[in-house]
Amino acid sequence: MWSNISKYVTDSQVWKSIIRHGYPDTRRNRVLIILSNVFLHLHPTKVPSHSLKLSYTWCMGGLTFFLFLVETLTGVLLMFYYRPVGEYAYNDILALREHVPLGIMRELHRWAAHAMVITVWLHMLRVFLTGSYKPPREFNWGIGVVLLTLTLLLSFTGYLLPWDQLAIWAITVGSNMARATPFVGHEGPGSKLLNPGLFGMEDVPLIHATDDARFVLLGGPFVGEATLLRFYVLHCVFIPLAAATLMAAHFWRVRKDGGISAPTDEFSKPL
Amino acid sequence: MTEQNQPSKPATTLTPGESPVVATAPAPKVDAEAPSRRGFFKWLVGAWAAFLAGVGMMKILTVRFLYPNVLFIPPTSVKVGLPEEFQVGLVDVRFKDKFGFWIVRNEEGFYALSTVCTHLGCQPNWLEAEQKYKCPCHGSGFYVTGVNFEGPAPRPLERYRIVLAEDGQILVDKSKKFQHELGQWSDPEAFLRV
Repeated sequence: MWSNISKYVTDSQVWKSIIRHGYPDTRRNRVLIILSNVFLHLHPTKVPSHSLKLSYTWCMGGLTFFLFLVETLTGVLLMFYYRPVGEYAYNDILALREHVPLGIMRELHRWAAHAMVITVWLHMLRVFLTGSYKPPREFNWGIGVVLLTLTLLLSFTGYLLPWDQLAIWAITVGSNMARATPFVGHEGPGSKLLNPGLFGMEDVPLIHATDDARFVLLGGPFVGEATLLRFYVLHCVFIPLAAATLMAAHFWRVRKDGGISAPTDEFSKPL
Repeated sequence: MTEQNQPSKPATTLTPGESPVVATAPAPKVDAEAPSRRGFFKWLVGAWAAFLAGVGMMKILTVRFLYPNVLFIPPTSVKVGLPEEFQVGLVDVRFKDKFGFWIVRNEEGFYALSTVCTHLGCQPNWLEAEQKYKCPCHGSGFYVTGVNFEGPAPRPLERYRIVLAEDGQILVDKSKKFQHELGQWSDPEAFLRV
């Protein structure tokens, strides 16, 4: 009876159109399950047992990815209520706490954000301590450094969105660093070199307070409504897409570079 | 030298415009309209140049797109009222939030003080009871003159150009600033005498 039903299901066209391998009762089928799935195929088809040891990996990379998924999910939900306009932004944040069901959705987003910054650092510490940045994994370390920067930028751009005094002045202080960007910050080294002094305009510098890197970042000479919209778009669209793309490359490189690193004697043990 | 060592000549004579072909092979059909290899590459180089020029132009325009043509910000030059509207010894905080300066009236005249903290750029508050500007971010304190005396601020607040307009009102011009540590506060436009 049961075997008839299961045979009917697995012989159906719907089942066969989705699943193209048998039960994972052979090595070949286990490999096929990983290879024929678009999400799993980034993974190695075989995982050495040492790479599952929590004492070795701390699971920090996996936790970081999990927290990124939490951020994506809670962030999309928050976008249903939050409007990045000076008139509404702060009140929408209050409403998310006071008037919207499950008033801790915003807190979940914030806590997961803090946790993600911590796990990214611990992941890098683990990778450093185990020497996993060494050949052949140098390039993946480089991708990881960019991903760390993107994580911090996600934190920074999200900081402004509550649009309260803390947010505005924190971004004011933080973005003042961009004044000192080499060449393209108006107080940075080399910015005077970019003054061509053409057409008798020696006293009009090419890089000044209203056209330098900070101005582009803020969309104005100081933190204002243009900044709120710019940071919102960066926070919700641009940086997450960039991070997701690099994450795919990061995970794929882990497999291509021979899986999670291990002490050399671990490789001589049977799987 | 025998005749056999000399370069062999094609058995057939060529008519102008025809490719030289070896007589033994059957002559391929040559279409006079077909593009030549060299012509194709010339066309290709031109096409790539046009394409790259277009992409480059789009890149420049995309960067330019990030710079707004119109800024929705308060004007940098403001008429704040007639001199007799200000009380001696008071710091006028009405223009702080929108325009970013305080008007201070003392016995001798007026000065316009920037509300940008010289530490990291926050906005201090004027504390009337304590007679000082106090920054909430990191605790820098400034005397009523704008000179720093506590906290991490490394230099006094900046002053803006302050003059009398033609209609007798006080005009504050934020596009020109005066820094105490550079000796610029003695500039006649940094202080409006009455």
